[in-house]
Amino acid sequence: MTIAEMEKPNERGLQQVAANERLTFFGLTLPYLLMVTALIVIPVGWLFYLSFIGRDGSLSFENYERMMKSKAYIRIFLTTFKISILTTIICAAIGYPLAYFMSQLSRKWANICMIGVLIPFWTSLLVRTYAWLVLLQKKGLLNNMAIEMGLISEPIKIVHNTTGTLIGMVHIMLPFLILPLYANMRAIDKDTLKAASSLGATPTRAFWTVFFPLSLPGLLAGLLIVFVLCLGFYVTPAILGGGRVIMAAMKISSNIELYFSWGAASALGVVLLVVTGIILFIASKLVSMDQLGNR
Amino acid sequence: MSFLNKNVSETQIRLKDRLWLYIFSYLILFLLIVPSLVVIPMSFSASQYLEFPPKEWSLRWYENYFFAWKVENGFNDWMQATWTSLKVAILTIFVATPIGTMAAYGLVNSNSRLGKILFPIFISPMMVPIILVAIGLFYFFVQFKLVGSIFGLVLGHSLVAMPLVLIIVFSALKNYDMNQEKVARSLGATRFRAFREITLPQIKFSIISASLIAFLTSFDEIIISLFVAGGDNSTITRSMFLALRDQIDPTIAAISTILIVISSGLLIIIQLIGNKENKKD
Repeated sequence: MTIAEMEKPNERGLQQVAANERLTFFGLTLPYLLMVTALIVIPVGWLFYLSFIGRDGSLSFENYERMMKSKAYIRIFLTTFKISILTTIICAAIGYPLAYFMSQLSRKWANICMIGVLIPFWTSLLVRTYAWLVLLQKKGLLNNMAIEMGLISEPIKIVHNTTGTLIGMVHIMLPFLILPLYANMRAIDKDTLKAASSLGATPTRAFWTVFFPLSLPGLLAGLLIVFVLCLGFYVTPAILGGGRVIMAAMKISSNIELYFSWGAASALGVVLLVVTGIILFIASKLVSMDQLGNR
Repeated sequence: MSFLNKNVSETQIRLKDRLWLYIFSYLILFLLIVPSLVVIPMSFSASQYLEFPPKEWSLRWYENYFFAWKVENGFNDWMQATWTSLKVAILTIFVATPIGTMAAYGLVNSNSRLGKILFPIFISPMMVPIILVAIGLFYFFVQFKLVGSIFGLVLGHSLVAMPLVLIIVFSALKNYDMNQEKVARSLGATRFRAFREITLPQIKFSIISASLIAFLTSFDEIIISLFVAGGDNSTITRSMFLALRDQIDPTIAAISTILIVISSGLLIIIQLIGNKENKKD
């Protein structure tokens, strides 16, 4: 027996007890883990397997090969990326100034503005999509107002196409960008800006060399959340796209609902999952996961 | 107009230099809130066509929603769908809240490496594209004859609500001093009693908000419902989606108005609870 062990005779026992206790506590997470495993890990794993089964029931890359050769699928990939990228860029262009504005207000006023961001966040997705349909359609509010004001003579088509889809998606995604970005901006120490201006920086320069770089983690977190959510989006493009904007999630759904083609749907799903996974992996390296879960 | 020269930031920007930002921001906030509200006047219109502002007012679309018991246009009766949604959302509270709270409590206390490694699994319901979760569940439920059942819907919705409960309760527990429980236990309380009498009262409000959010998540969920619900057990969002894909039925404006009232009501309650908890600290 060494001297150290003699001085703390119970140490090993205490460590054992502490380790056991931690294990007991971890046991409390088991129902959660079981549910996620049974309802996500295994079913998605099964879809993964299905995507490698050909029509004759043997293992093959048939589903993926067909997807890569098909013009329809390539168009769907392009549409999905185009809509997702455009939505993300527009959200950033609109959301950054708004988050900045809110971060400069006093807490009380910022909280009031925050209600403006949170109300749409918690209003049903369907309700918001429906509202845009009402506003944008041919005899809708926007067209009628524009005609009455004499801006246009004929109603213009702003829904059941890409424009309508983008408007609806930006409206739905904006809170996802603003929430992490605002949290980040609020945490920036304002004294750094005072220091910059006391050293002679113009307000513009202080913003771009001090504030903007410090807000980048929040911006990045917001951009990635929005992009990932857009990639898998289904409801809004289905309604506001009017069948002209077909994104990956819609194709997965129609593959199953209309054609019962599990192999093709699974293959497309796996591609979607892998792309999402890669983006989230990069994101987790760039920003801490806590921020991503912040809603 | 001297207020225009007021300083509005640390870097001596005057209000007039930044007027554009104020106008832009209020415009965007306006555009965030108002479009959803447009459905409210629409729902009281007497006309079959959507005109704004409505020329004549009536409650016919509410009547249609509450009293049109027959299946119309091949779609399920709205009231039945509403009951299904309510039942599922309430049951989801009772599944997702305890499971999520237990997991959060376990994760905070165990502080183990295993928890960090398994973190992606814990938040996977938020990360895996929901359409994939939905078709996976559909495939799975077909084998167990759970498609179209309330039980299947509750399982699916709980899956989506659990990570939200986990995150909310987890962050509440992070700010809570666990030593209080140790004190209780050193005074002879069992582990469960220490949790129930010491910890639970202090994180009560977070658990209540988490359960309200679980309710709202389930009530608004569409994609899992599209695949898993069916037959007599369509949910309100599923029926609305199917109706919207084909035509613009003003009854949907009436339902939307009711949904807006419900979700704003819950949001206000959640905010009030949050304020109460912040004041307590």
